[in-house]
Amino acid sequence: MSILVDENTKVIVQGITGRDGSFHAKAMLDYGTKVVGGVTPYKGGSDVYGIPVFDTVEEAVNKTSANATVIFVPAKFAEDAIYEAVNAGIKLIVTITEGIPVHSMIKAVEYVNMKGARLIGPNCPGIISVGKAKLGIMPGNIFKKGRVGVVSRSGTLTYEIVKHISDSGLGETTAVGIGGDPVIGMKFIDILKEFKNDPETEAVVLVGEIGGSDEEDAADFIEKEFNKPVVSFIAGRASPKGKRMGHAGAIVTPNTRTAEEKVAYLESKGIRVGKTPVEVAEILKEILGNGKK
Amino acid sequence: MNLQEYQSREFFKKLGIPVVTGEVASTPEEALSVAKRIGLPVVLKVQVLVGGRGKAGGVKVAKTEDDVVKIANELLSMEIKGLKVKKLLVAKAVNILKEFYVGFTVDRSSKRNVLIVSDAGGVDIEEVAKNSPQKIFKIYVDPIMGLFSYEAKKASIHLTKDVNIAPKIADTIEKLYKVYISLDANLAEINPLAVVEGNEVLALDAKVSVDDNAMFRHPELEGLYEPSEEEKLELEAKSKGFTYIKLNGNIGCLVNGAGLAMATMDLIKLFGGEPANFLDIGGSSSPEKVASAIEMITRDKNVKAILINIFGGITRCNDVANGLLKALEMTKVNVPIVVRLTGTNEDKAREILKDTPLIYTDSMVDGVKKVVELVK
Repeated sequence: MSILVDENTKVIVQGITGRDGSFHAKAMLDYGTKVVGGVTPYKGGSDVYGIPVFDTVEEAVNKTSANATVIFVPAKFAEDAIYEAVNAGIKLIVTITEGIPVHSMIKAVEYVNMKGARLIGPNCPGIISVGKAKLGIMPGNIFKKGRVGVVSRSGTLTYEIVKHISDSGLGETTAVGIGGDPVIGMKFIDILKEFKNDPETEAVVLVGEIGGSDEEDAADFIEKEFNKPVVSFIAGRASPKGKRMGHAGAIVTPNTRTAEEKVAYLESKGIRVGKTPVEVAEILKEILGNGKK
Repeated sequence: MNLQEYQSREFFKKLGIPVVTGEVASTPEEALSVAKRIGLPVVLKVQVLVGGRGKAGGVKVAKTEDDVVKIANELLSMEIKGLKVKKLLVAKAVNILKEFYVGFTVDRSSKRNVLIVSDAGGVDIEEVAKNSPQKIFKIYVDPIMGLFSYEAKKASIHLTKDVNIAPKIADTIEKLYKVYISLDANLAEINPLAVVEGNEVLALDAKVSVDDNAMFRHPELEGLYEPSEEEKLELEAKSKGFTYIKLNGNIGCLVNGAGLAMATMDLIKLFGGEPANFLDIGGSSSPEKVASAIEMITRDKNVKAILINIFGGITRCNDVANGLLKALEMTKVNVPIVVRLTGTNEDKAREILKDTPLIYTDSMVDGVKKVVELVK
């Protein structure tokens, strides 16, 4: 099994005719994802790598029965793209776009929740259920079907850790990049709830960073309600306070914990935290052992 | 982007928030003429974007014209937390009866805007939140409907039972919400919102921080940004397509992705080194972009070695390696460079970089160890 997406997920790409949209639509297709259509207003009737392009999400859903979307449209238009997807009945919305204003996201996240849809991102690499479907921009070749679920606020750092998990032979079930912005759709806890019910996921890696308190909220949840071992990595130990470290949400403010304090909090809740990406895989190996279950 | 107090005040005024009378001045002469116009005594406040200006000696009262010139002179030659003072706000000194805090900011946990009020005004609100949280009252704003009038009233009643004052505070809260929303702010606060003689309510300070991601829909804010020297460097990097933040160590870093860049710095520190900078080169990195990033890293004379850490992913390592060589032809580098590349075609990358001065590795830990060794 896997969480949120699998080989039956029918995916459309919003912003499919753009540079990133077309490149990654092809990469998703090559990975085996059912990419059934794309949307770019005024480009309906054309195609991208054989994928039909529609003017609206509504039309795309009517013609293809798509149930998930990946949004690549520029930041200026991304909020509207989310509303369009929700109103067309799409239930899983993955927003890759970086740089969406936080006030737009506050409204969009609320709207998505009101309508019973789910949002991953924005400013994220997306989600991959290994060997089944990839809705995002991560390199598919570093993943190996296996036993570990991954949830992360980061992109390339996740790839770094995933590579070690794959190299260790453990492999992954689903990996979700929830995004580096202050206001996002699904958070650590939402993803953990999914992993909790996935029999194939035997352990979870939680990749966090400075800024906010989502890691601590997740730790509280794990202590009380989670049923599988969790290993973490927290980025930002060497980052100065008050500076935004690339991600809009990665900043230590007077009201938030530093990386060391986050690590200490997680450890106090029984979560082991690796000091390096490779150590995360080593700890997992120690916990899960080598043998297949 | 943080607005200066004198700039934030203008947006407050536009939306009808009562602010204390005052004007901005860049010279002692200007300060004097403002003081004459608005009447003595006046408060002179340095316009720099740091907290705790008062504690740092950047806020002073002048009772006479001579005082105004003397104090303005003194303040305009000050440096506060590394920032040179270039402007002063000269404001009418008022007799404060009571001080409140009112502000709006983004609450990440609830994914909502939040109104924060406190009757402990005039002091650092973060300190209040930490030490006496019972003095903080919050209202989470409905994302779709916005702030309701009754909520502003509720907050005002929480601050004071005085019916001559509470409605004025409620009105100010509603107007501050309009400032906050209309400017796409991360923060809009009045600290203190003061009750002065005659039961008037006046904003004695104004602080607005605008979401950088929202600048595209705020042409009215263009030209208002007054970056520090450090921020100028960060802006230059941004215009070239990467993110750079200067730090104090001697190992330059060039990494793709913000999380990996942070983790690279963490590992440098873990193995006994000190990073000289944070640098996220972003997704698609042309040789030109890499060249200008390396040029910026080596502008820092503390840099003794550079670590390039690229997780190839979809891009092939041999393409990255060729790009790096091209970039190094474009910019002269006198310090050793360790290159860590991983992804597809690692072997080809190793081959390409074999007879070059670049030190190649495919492991992050190994690359960090190597670069730390080089600066010892």
